[in-house]
Amino acid sequence: MSAPDARESSTVLTGIVGDTLQPIAHEIPRGEPPALPPNSELRVIGKRVNRVDAVPKVTGQARYTYDVRLPGMLYARIVSSTVPHARIKSIDTSAAEAYPGVKAVHILDRVLSIAQLRDPSIEANERFPLVRYHGQPIAAVAAVSMRVAKAAAKLVRIEYERLPHVTMLEAAMRDDAPVVFPGPTEQAATAGGGGAAPGLPQKGNLRGPARGGLGGGGRGDVQQGFAQADHIVTCEYRTQVQTHVPMETHGLVADWRDEELTLYASTQYTLSVRDDAASVFGLPKEKIRVISEYTGGGFGAKFGIGNYGALAIHLSRKARAPVRLVLDRREEHVTVGNRPSTFQRLKLGAKRDGTVTTLHVESYGTGGVAAGAGVGFCHTAMYPIPNVATEHYDVFTDAGPSAAFRAPGQVQGIFALEQALDEMAHAIGMDPVALREKLDTNDTDDARARKAERRIGAERAGWSQRRPTAADAGTVKRGLGMAQSQWAYIVHGGPTTCEVRIRGDGSVIALCGAQDIGTGTRTVMAQTVAEELGLRVEDVDTRIGDSRYPPGPASGGSRVTGSLTPAARNAAHLAARDLAARVAPSLNAKPEEIVFQDGRIFARGRPDSGVKFAAAVRKANFDEIVHRADRREDYEGYRAKFGELHISRHGIGGVQFAEIAVDTETGVVKVERVVAVHDCGRPINPKLIESQIYGGVIQGVSYALYEERHLDPHTGVQLNANIDQYKIVGARETPSIEVHLIEQLGRQSSTDARGVAEPANVATAAAIANAFYNATGKRIRTLPMTSANVLAALRAGDQP
Amino acid sequence: MMELSLTVNGRRCTVHVDPATTLVEVLRDELGLTGTKIGCDRGACSACTVWIDGEVAASCMTFALDARDKQVTTIEGLAQGEQLHPVQQAFVEHDALQCGFCTPGMVMSCAHLVERNPDCNLDDVRGAVSGHLCRCGAYPNIFKATLAAAAAVRQSKNGGGT
Repeated sequence: MSAPDARESSTVLTGIVGDTLQPIAHEIPRGEPPALPPNSELRVIGKRVNRVDAVPKVTGQARYTYDVRLPGMLYARIVSSTVPHARIKSIDTSAAEAYPGVKAVHILDRVLSIAQLRDPSIEANERFPLVRYHGQPIAAVAAVSMRVAKAAAKLVRIEYERLPHVTMLEAAMRDDAPVVFPGPTEQAATAGGGGAAPGLPQKGNLRGPARGGLGGGGRGDVQQGFAQADHIVTCEYRTQVQTHVPMETHGLVADWRDEELTLYASTQYTLSVRDDAASVFGLPKEKIRVISEYTGGGFGAKFGIGNYGALAIHLSRKARAPVRLVLDRREEHVTVGNRPSTFQRLKLGAKRDGTVTTLHVESYGTGGVAAGAGVGFCHTAMYPIPNVATEHYDVFTDAGPSAAFRAPGQVQGIFALEQALDEMAHAIGMDPVALREKLDTNDTDDARARKAERRIGAERAGWSQRRPTAADAGTVKRGLGMAQSQWAYIVHGGPTTCEVRIRGDGSVIALCGAQDIGTGTRTVMAQTVAEELGLRVEDVDTRIGDSRYPPGPASGGSRVTGSLTPAARNAAHLAARDLAARVAPSLNAKPEEIVFQDGRIFARGRPDSGVKFAAAVRKANFDEIVHRADRREDYEGYRAKFGELHISRHGIGGVQFAEIAVDTETGVVKVERVVAVHDCGRPINPKLIESQIYGGVIQGVSYALYEERHLDPHTGVQLNANIDQYKIVGARETPSIEVHLIEQLGRQSSTDARGVAEPANVATAAAIANAFYNATGKRIRTLPMTSANVLAALRAGDQP
Repeated sequence: MMELSLTVNGRRCTVHVDPATTLVEVLRDELGLTGTKIGCDRGACSACTVWIDGEVAASCMTFALDARDKQVTTIEGLAQGEQLHPVQQAFVEHDALQCGFCTPGMVMSCAHLVERNPDCNLDDVRGAVSGHLCRCGAYPNIFKATLAAAAAVRQSKNGGGT
């Protein structure tokens, strides 16, 4: 075995295929498979193969956690708070326990997934956890049927001592506001991101300032930057609270046995469920098995066990039976996450020629009882602006906790930043694309990709024919706008391991513990293994979603494909070379001459000498070949490591163009067309990537136009906690979306794959807002673009 | 508890349920047909869509007793053995799904449209799934898949004799 840091130099084609591709020397760790050629020379990778688990999904055979049925399984129902802020004086569960069919009742002694007091002794004498939002889980009942559990849950009597509450951002910032937490707080990050910088000051409900995210922070001297500027743009933006609404609500089926705890979880990270359960219940990790065959969406909110999972496990232990606890839609909206709101004040300075000299950002956001709202890392990471300062404050309110949500912070931050740049472009009389061309010059792969993406997108969107601001005379005004996207290129350093087995009958199995939330984990794994072994996707049996398999990545941070496929290729490569050595003698060849292609094994240059894969395997006469391999660290290393998040100095991103129509009488905005040009390193499966980009754009349109959580300030109740009341883009509002992908070979791993889920969602709202300005000549600085907000924006600046 | 008989995917079934039981509860909990999902439990997301006597219905909003003696078709009953329905096949080929949780309901509504109106256009497809929520945002591919399935059905009807 070579030492892990042994490296060899290799010259490989690097850059954007069909554009900047050129031979460049790289130091590649010894033992890594040879670099792959561009996709046009490959047979399975880069091809539009069908999703391998599409058939079970279209026939109803796919088994989600929601569908798990175990012998003797009980159904659990949560008892939630009916007040927004209170001390619980007593809880009487006797009537519920006596109800026929009830098998166990449990009262939570600790609330998970929210900010925790830095000094827990402040509330150490409380008998029960304090209630800090309406709908907070307090207890749960397990019974023989859901009907019984619901009836019994209503019999739990809770006596509250009400405390004053506050649910609105601005109100919570006042000096005399009711205080949500009686002391400074901390919140650790989850595997999906989120969490708050530790040790920050906290005064009342205001926690901060935090300066920069993901290791960013400020640089230079912003005052000096303003002194150098010819133009200064000062603007304020407001974004709303958005809820995740995955179609499968959060849920867990817990089966507590003396020898092992089995958890069926609707999760984005099987190992986060295992580790949370181990920590909360004091169990060794080896005694916990987590199974997640299919997860019905997550978007950032499905990490760990959550309060619902803790309750299910407690109830299973008490009842000595499997317990199913699945949230209803209200509980999903209220208790398990949201994208925090923001109030952002940006001040941007630039010279007449478009040189941006400085950026100052002051922001406030509320994630309810969770810390870690924020505005992302775009301000320092995206452009080489020499002077940048950011100050962010979390504002606590008596509202359900936020959680990571598809590009946490970055969606809010880029909505403001990309609109501020558009404002600056207009202020100095420069084309917005030209301003980006001048500004977007970092020595990183994402900046190089965006250069190509601007060119492609501008051409496809007809940017050169863009009309002047407010060109339409009628009431319906059309406009075209653009914005840029960026997300971190994250590798899962947990580690990520894949196992490939070649069985004596010629069948091939690939295993990894990672789950699939809809992004195509099985498919990209099968493609990678099939490519290496010269097989078809359907020849590879993939097994995922089980913590007993080799450790896989979290489905968060756009990291599955970029983390998993190199591990899969490395394991398949080892298996292929092992097999080559076994079959070489019968082909009168040396092992290094053996080639796997089109289902056959042959000596290089002699395809006619070959035999079919399965026949060759049978002839080699072995029981099974098993190889495991890890995803090696990126060849050039990382900019930073935060636990399992390994962050490259390169990013991923895209450029989006939106065409919209604004009805200036009714305030109704319609998005008619979006051109989305994106990069994700080497595209492993363009068909599935397009699906994710469609989804990202649609979620971006939905965020920009419709979605908003409404809390009643007097009671703290969410007024729109179901699908008929919380408006989301549907079939009728879906615009025409054109996706264009570039193939960028960055040569940092054995597959060059990177993620795409988050960048697809980041730029959309800003592109729509910039189109709004092009259409109307007015800025829309408040999301969502409801009729009320639109009409207010159109009236802004007019004299009454 | 009341005795209730209905036909599900061509098979006569008899269950004992209380009057408040919904059709989706019978399908999932009594008959083990978990392909039909519940996304909202109030008829707002259409994940629970099935056919009752050939018409689409929200099974979370239908009392089981209202399906007495009726023909219910669920996602499990749409394919003919291994032969996928043209809409199912087109959903696979056009990747008209991501997480897949809304997919059974989507497929049932799109298959109903294609069977009723093989000449459907994009507006018809949008209308057919306008009550469905897909949070992953698979709509563009759902449109393509359904129109492709309709074209396939038209072709098989027209070209049936040749």
